Amino acid sequence: MNAILRSAKSLLLLEFVRGMALTFSYMFRPKATLNYPYEKGPLSPRFRGEHALRRYPNGEERCIACKLCEAVCPAQAITIEAEPRDDGSRRTTRYDIDMTKCIYCGLCQEACPVDAIVETPNFEFSTETREELIYDKNKLLANGEKWERAIAANLAADAPWR
Amino acid sequence: MPKVRVDGIEVEVPAGATVLQACEAAGVEVPRFCYHERLSIAGNCRMCLVEMEKAPKPVASCAMPAADGQVILTTTPKVKKAREGVMEFLLINHPLDCPICDQGGECDLQDQSIAYGKGFTRYDENKRAVTEKFMGPLVKTVMTRCIHCTRCVRFAEEVAGVEEIGAIGRGENMQITSYLEKAVTSEVSGNIIDLCPVGALTSKPYAFQARPWELKKTDGIDVMDAVGSNIVIGSRGPAVLRITPRINDDVNEEWLSDKGRFACDGLSERRLDKPWVRVDGRLQPASWGDAFAAIKAGLAGVPGAAIAGLVGDLAAVEDMVAFQDLLGSLGATRIECRQDGADIDVAARGNYLFNSGLAGIETADVVLLIGTDPRREAPLLNVRLRKRAKRGQSKVFGIGPAVDLTYPVHWAGDDAALLADLPAEIAEALAAAERPAIILGMGALKTPGVLAAAAALAGQFRVVRDGWNGWNLLHNAAARVAGLDLGLVSEGGVAGMLGDEGLKALFVLGADEIDLTPRRDVFTVYIGTHGDHGVRTADVILPGAAYAEKPGTWVNLEGRVQRALRAVFPPGEAREDWTIFRALSQVLGQRLPYDDISELRARIGRQWPHLVAVDTVAAAETPLAIAAGPAPADPIALPIGNYYLTNPIARASETMAECVAQIGAGAGLLEAAE
Repeated sequence: MNAILRSAKSLLLLEFVRGMALTFSYMFRPKATLNYPYEKGPLSPRFRGEHALRRYPNGEERCIACKLCEAVCPAQAITIEAEPRDDGSRRTTRYDIDMTKCIYCGLCQEACPVDAIVETPNFEFSTETREELIYDKNKLLANGEKWERAIAANLAADAPWR
Repeated sequence: MPKVRVDGIEVEVPAGATVLQACEAAGVEVPRFCYHERLSIAGNCRMCLVEMEKAPKPVASCAMPAADGQVILTTTPKVKKAREGVMEFLLINHPLDCPICDQGGECDLQDQSIAYGKGFTRYDENKRAVTEKFMGPLVKTVMTRCIHCTRCVRFAEEVAGVEEIGAIGRGENMQITSYLEKAVTSEVSGNIIDLCPVGALTSKPYAFQARPWELKKTDGIDVMDAVGSNIVIGSRGPAVLRITPRINDDVNEEWLSDKGRFACDGLSERRLDKPWVRVDGRLQPASWGDAFAAIKAGLAGVPGAAIAGLVGDLAAVEDMVAFQDLLGSLGATRIECRQDGADIDVAARGNYLFNSGLAGIETADVVLLIGTDPRREAPLLNVRLRKRAKRGQSKVFGIGPAVDLTYPVHWAGDDAALLADLPAEIAEALAAAERPAIILGMGALKTPGVLAAAAALAGQFRVVRDGWNGWNLLHNAAARVAGLDLGLVSEGGVAGMLGDEGLKALFVLGADEIDLTPRRDVFTVYIGTHGDHGVRTADVILPGAAYAEKPGTWVNLEGRVQRALRAVFPPGEAREDWTIFRALSQVLGQRLPYDDISELRARIGRQWPHLVAVDTVAAAETPLAIAAGPAPADPIALPIGNYYLTNPIARASETMAECVAQIGAGAGLLEAAE
């Protein structure tokens, strides 16, 4: 009896039919692939991408040159030099991140007491030369201005868990 | 000798010790803010609370005398709770600005709040805010951070001797301030930065420059005066960023003079970083090869007797020996290290040392200062003299221009003739003294006859006796004692050398305190660090290394041999001085027989064994052997014009210039007028 059933299955190509049915069923399901770069996948609010230095709403830069990010950076990608600004406040004169050294661990933004250095959701910053990946303070502040809305939204979304 | 039991460990402490000292003797750590070993006991921070058996409450261990049979407990829950309570009170008004505070990373309050802090605050009311105070160009104040330990006040009053810092108001309104909001006029004011357990007093020139964990710390020796203070040089990359004292009870205790601490920014200003050669009357940059060739050409046909050497104030022993060897190979024997023209007898080592020793001078009971201003020439020596005089254990007399030394000094006048005809008061005191000391300044030695007259006094009052040597020369130059040890003196001194018509070539090793312009005709080779006075007449300039940039040996005024390590490399093409002489010797045809510093030190050790015996003071021959001379008559002048500008490094320093503008000249003139 078993032998007859097995022969019938193989003669009627039942496995093939089942397989093709599964294959065709995918034609009616939503697609997993994205038409990158025109379409993009969802990112967690904790996504750690390109770095940025933020400003306060009044335009004052947040970074106070405490150098905790420099100290905590496991890849030693951050270089900071500081001196008193004309008004006596503590500010950086140099804030460099070597993005080729960076391992995107996020410890810098964890260490920052004023939420100045953050990692934006931006992961599309490839360049043609290595030199372009050595970011200075101006580049980081420009990033901050460009990404502020996304950064603020991410921080707000993650705030309940902090 | 009370016996105290601390956490079950029995310790015996000297009579008069406190419970805190007993705890330390037992190896138990007690947190503290206001207590400091070298200051009086205030007992106002309450952090050092411990439990004492039979005492109803925890006691402040810093202010509680240790007594026989005490049982001290430091690890009980009661003690922990008490300290946590104190910490919470201290943090009520302390701002949470550690990220912008320069003390961050080396802050006592930060460290101890890890152990005793709560991690959150229960205080919802407004915090106190205090206006900033002005304390001069060296000390930056952020008084909101102050926890009122009063260490700075006690230091200014007890050690520095300037009663210019104090507390006004009480309770929550208490504020530490320089009373008149004027710059603190002390030569040791920088030490209050180290003493401050929080970030209320920080270094102004170093503000926001670096974090303590970024600095490479190298043990060094200060060369700003002849005391030879032990220092830690903090450097990052190629720059020396700050200098802090290293504890050495025999030399600088735990203090450092302001010049030693803050002149380090002069190491990166006005530096000679490449060789220069004078072509047609103008200095042109050159390569080392060209510079050496120019020296060879300049020395062509000059006999050894027409060559002389001049050694400056900051040179290390290694540099001076190589310098001496180089000139010796050229046949020159005239080398002079006394560029200030002081008349020093080098027949015996005991003649020119500070024989009492820096620690020993604290046991003198009568001190006679002759032509010296220890406050500016050696601030840390003055601190020791003051310590003794203020307790009434010593009387201090002075012959020379009257200056304010921060303790009572009886000034007899500045006429050198007083040495031969001593006022009765001084003579009686010296005759009655058990440990009399004479401190002879370089200013006095420039006046002819003073050395012999002072030596006669020393003999008359038996200043050198069994177990006591009170004959002290107060040198100003870090290189001087080593130079005298090496015999770098010539007949007639520096005036005789420069006045010699036969002089054809002069090698100058960093001598900047002397005007060489009258001898522009002489072929001059300058080896030094800064574009200072010495380079004006130079025909060839060779860039050398400053004190933080070379491993070197220095001998301080008491004859203590101390060794420093290299913190940073010399700038540009500058090289360590002895390597310059070694390279130059090869060009001139007589190669010096050492290729590295250990070979050079071995060579030094063969001829002068005491100069390689590091951290020791070779005992000097006791009897004083100085020939008598004609009685002096001229007025005695002081050797230092301005404390903040005594050497090329200090003159290049912006911080020192700031000090001159705000405290140096103005305050000095006022005192002179009084």
